[in-house]
Amino acid sequence: MNLPTDLKYTRSHEWVRCEADGTVSIGITDHAQELLGDLVFIELPEVGVVFAAEQEAAVVESVKAAADVYAPIAGVVVEVNEPIVDAPERVNQDAYGSWLFRLRPDTASDFDRLLDAAAYQQLVDAA
Amino acid sequence: MTKTVLYDSHRQSGARMIDFGGWEMPLHYGSQIEEHHAVRRDAGMFDVSHMCAVDLEGEQATAFLRRLLANNVDKLKFPGKALYSTMLNETGGVIDDLIVYFLGEQRYRIVVNASTAVKDLAWMAARRDDWQLAATLTPRREGQNALAMIAVQGPRARQLVWQVLPEQRAASESLPPFVCCVSGDTLIARTGYTGEDGYEITLPAGQAAALWAALAAAGVRPCGLGARDTLRLEAGMNLYGQDMEETVSPLDAGLGWTVDLVSERDFVGKTALLAHPQQYRFLGLVLQERGVLRAQQTVHTCHGDGQITSGSFSPTLQKSIALARLPLQATVGDAVEVVIRDKLLAAKVVKPCFVRNGTALV
Repeated sequence: MNLPTDLKYTRSHEWVRCEADGTVSIGITDHAQELLGDLVFIELPEVGVVFAAEQEAAVVESVKAAADVYAPIAGVVVEVNEPIVDAPERVNQDAYGSWLFRLRPDTASDFDRLLDAAAYQQLVDAA
Repeated sequence: MTKTVLYDSHRQSGARMIDFGGWEMPLHYGSQIEEHHAVRRDAGMFDVSHMCAVDLEGEQATAFLRRLLANNVDKLKFPGKALYSTMLNETGGVIDDLIVYFLGEQRYRIVVNASTAVKDLAWMAARRDDWQLAATLTPRREGQNALAMIAVQGPRARQLVWQVLPEQRAASESLPPFVCCVSGDTLIARTGYTGEDGYEITLPAGQAAALWAALAAAGVRPCGLGARDTLRLEAGMNLYGQDMEETVSPLDAGLGWTVDLVSERDFVGKTALLAHPQQYRFLGLVLQERGVLRAQQTVHTCHGDGQITSGSFSPTLQKSIALARLPLQATVGDAVEVVIRDKLLAAKVVKPCFVRNGTALV
């Protein structure tokens, strides 16, 4: 399974990257895109919206099904990847290169409590 | 889970398998959308061996079908002709939809859906016994004389089949749509579930893997149930269990054209259909905004609410489309709203056939 070790992960199949400015970028894992199949629609949150941890923040839909994308940690949306809305297939092609939205975390240390690659791998293997 | 005889072929081609009514079937072999396009633009093939072929013969086979089916087998004027029909219960609900092929004097082949086959066979046998008609029903999905079915569909499908089965060319080339030819235990029908030209080939199970491999080598792309669903949706064809079921009248599922209420003939469900006229119109929807229409979503029209029965993204139209049961007054061209999560999105009502022979109709 393709799992970069510099990212953190969630039980609901998001990947999370800590950026130099203290914000976090969020996308869906390669495993998630493979399960969903060809993506055809992405709905992003609005900049400025505040999310609690594990709150529904975005929607990705494949030909087959719709799936919610959750805010992995509490924070405010500072940026969204608007071009991805016109090219959802990029998530299938490069899941970790296709972020969906960025949050400024309420509490920086929340990031450290997310799953590392090994723990996420275990979770997927156990499913 | 049950596997078809082509299970190993699918695994070797990298299929992602899913549970489809108890059958382990390919969903796709990498990209559902690419497979969809292959059928619209070139040629693709589907393993449909999970569907159940049932041979019917006996002195009263025709009399049996005349009472069993909502469509009229008297329309089968010559051997090889096929007829689409529903099989109804006494309340006029759809037990299954099926194709019946007329093979010869008092001889038929019926093809029913995979997950309904057991219940269908029980129903058919019980009706035959009730009516005391001489007709034998022989399912051909399992056992020594098991058959496999491969659907080859797309603008180049027939040509590639002839390339792989040159001995079948003479008999199959002249087949009009919805007619089949039979040689031994191989039946080639000019039918399908995609809105494209092509054949559905039924053959002894033991020969299926070799045919599948030969077709693949000739350039026919293996396609999974995912593409099969978006292709049939674009073609405006109903799916049993979604667009119709035992509690839904065929008249409310856009299948009035398959129900013979004209002839004097009595059939199971006729009394109920005559007592309960059509309540809904079955029409197509095209979403005018970004999003994906899905089954169960509510449709607001100015004549009242309706419901989507099948919806997805159309790879050909690059828009979301759906089949829906709408109030009787709804009509083609109406502007409606669909409830998707917490939003109301604009959609247009269209005829429920979106794409045919590679061409967009809406």
